[in-house]
Amino acid sequence: MDSALIPKGVKRCPMWQFLLGLGIVGAVLAWGVYAMLLVWFKGLNQTNMNDYYGFALWIWADLAVIALGGGAFFSGLLKYIVGKDELKNIINYAVLIGFICYSSALLILAIDIGQPLRGWFIFWHANVHSMLTEVAFCLSCYFAVLTIEYIPLILENRQLDKVPFFHNLSHNMHETMAVFAATGAFLSFFHQGSLGGVAGVLFGRPFAFREGLLIWPWTFFLFTWSAAAYGPCFTLLITWITEKVARKKLVKDNVIELLAKISGWMIFTYTIAKICDTTRWANITAPGLGQNLADFYTGNAFYGYWILFAEIILGGVVPAIILISAPLRKNPTWRVTAFFLGVMGVSLNRWVMVLQVMAVPIMPFDTWALYYPSWQEVATTILPVAYGIILIMISYRYLPIFPQEAELNPIQEEAAMAVEPHTESVPDLKPANA
Amino acid sequence: MFPFSFEWIWDAGHIVFHGGLWYALNIIGIGMTYCVIKAVIDSTKGKGGHGHH
Repeated sequence: MDSALIPKGVKRCPMWQFLLGLGIVGAVLAWGVYAMLLVWFKGLNQTNMNDYYGFALWIWADLAVIALGGGAFFSGLLKYIVGKDELKNIINYAVLIGFICYSSALLILAIDIGQPLRGWFIFWHANVHSMLTEVAFCLSCYFAVLTIEYIPLILENRQLDKVPFFHNLSHNMHETMAVFAATGAFLSFFHQGSLGGVAGVLFGRPFAFREGLLIWPWTFFLFTWSAAAYGPCFTLLITWITEKVARKKLVKDNVIELLAKISGWMIFTYTIAKICDTTRWANITAPGLGQNLADFYTGNAFYGYWILFAEIILGGVVPAIILISAPLRKNPTWRVTAFFLGVMGVSLNRWVMVLQVMAVPIMPFDTWALYYPSWQEVATTILPVAYGIILIMISYRYLPIFPQEAELNPIQEEAAMAVEPHTESVPDLKPANA
Repeated sequence: MFPFSFEWIWDAGHIVFHGGLWYALNIIGIGMTYCVIKAVIDSTKGKGGHGHH
């Protein structure tokens, strides 16, 4: 039915199967949209946020998807600025994943601010003393950059590409992409960092507060570093999941291994910096503010030392060792385990820096304040996941996302095999007379 | 926010924050304008349609 829109040289599932998949994920999306409308029409009383939790599940999801979407800016930086040309075979998918992550982050913020009609206030009535203003500026601009990076991919659709203007526009955008990629890297550096800076400047909360360089606490640099390190891990994990769902190889191993190796070294250096930061914080910074390590990890039902171990060792040291060791990196099982642990590690880091910060008692009369999200918060957090799956499904079906797919999965062989039995079944056939 | 807005103050914070914003928006705007104008010119010259990138 839609074969004219499908990229040349690749095979896609039947239309009914595609629509069935869309329908199932669409139902989850509809659930999330319903919850979103409840929040917009009835207000933030639909959430379990309170005076302790001004930031809650949404802000964790926001910070997590922004970190995981970091694969787009870092892959773009490596390809267009550093010159790692092999990454051209995965950059489209990195851009798509980044686009999904950042549009999801903006959607979550639009829900979280309660009155989205006043969303523009942050630009017009900007508080120039707030790191979040800088985050809002850079996030919006970088989303524009990601849209610009995604547009040429849409214009390369088989039918759109036949229109000369679209073809030329796509070509010109490819030609100037280095400028956009550099702008994206600049914007990402600042908004990723400022998200970390928000936690690091909370001098009233010793769990989050860090010293730093000039106006930037160490968390500023750690957040940027971790997004660049773990973002590619997420891109590679989603690529692996897509390959499993599509039941075909989409990207060659040398491309995967190159990005995995770079990601591994980034995680390795980040983890060293994180361990140094944690050691200084536990021994000097927090005691200097009147609290010690045991105050942060004991006396409650959920937050124990396990979370520190899971974040730094399981989510940092282990994936770093796997990805920088050539034999382990080349083994698909170990490699995917590292991707999974990496994604878990950075998501846990963002959880700790948003939610554990709020939970830790500060005043002598305080107790641990644990928080359970409402179903509306859960549904609106799952909403971007469903939206992302749908966008990946549509993009994979109609756009040439994976340049190596046709080469890795030639369909001529299948055609030849289909012809062969027919010719063998009539061995006595004689040539017809003229 | 622009300098003619009543809330504007000529201090480092406003200049750095909004300067950065306008800088990024200008690059994005000029870059896209260039791409669109060049695409129009290329199309009128008969380029494009079945090429490769």
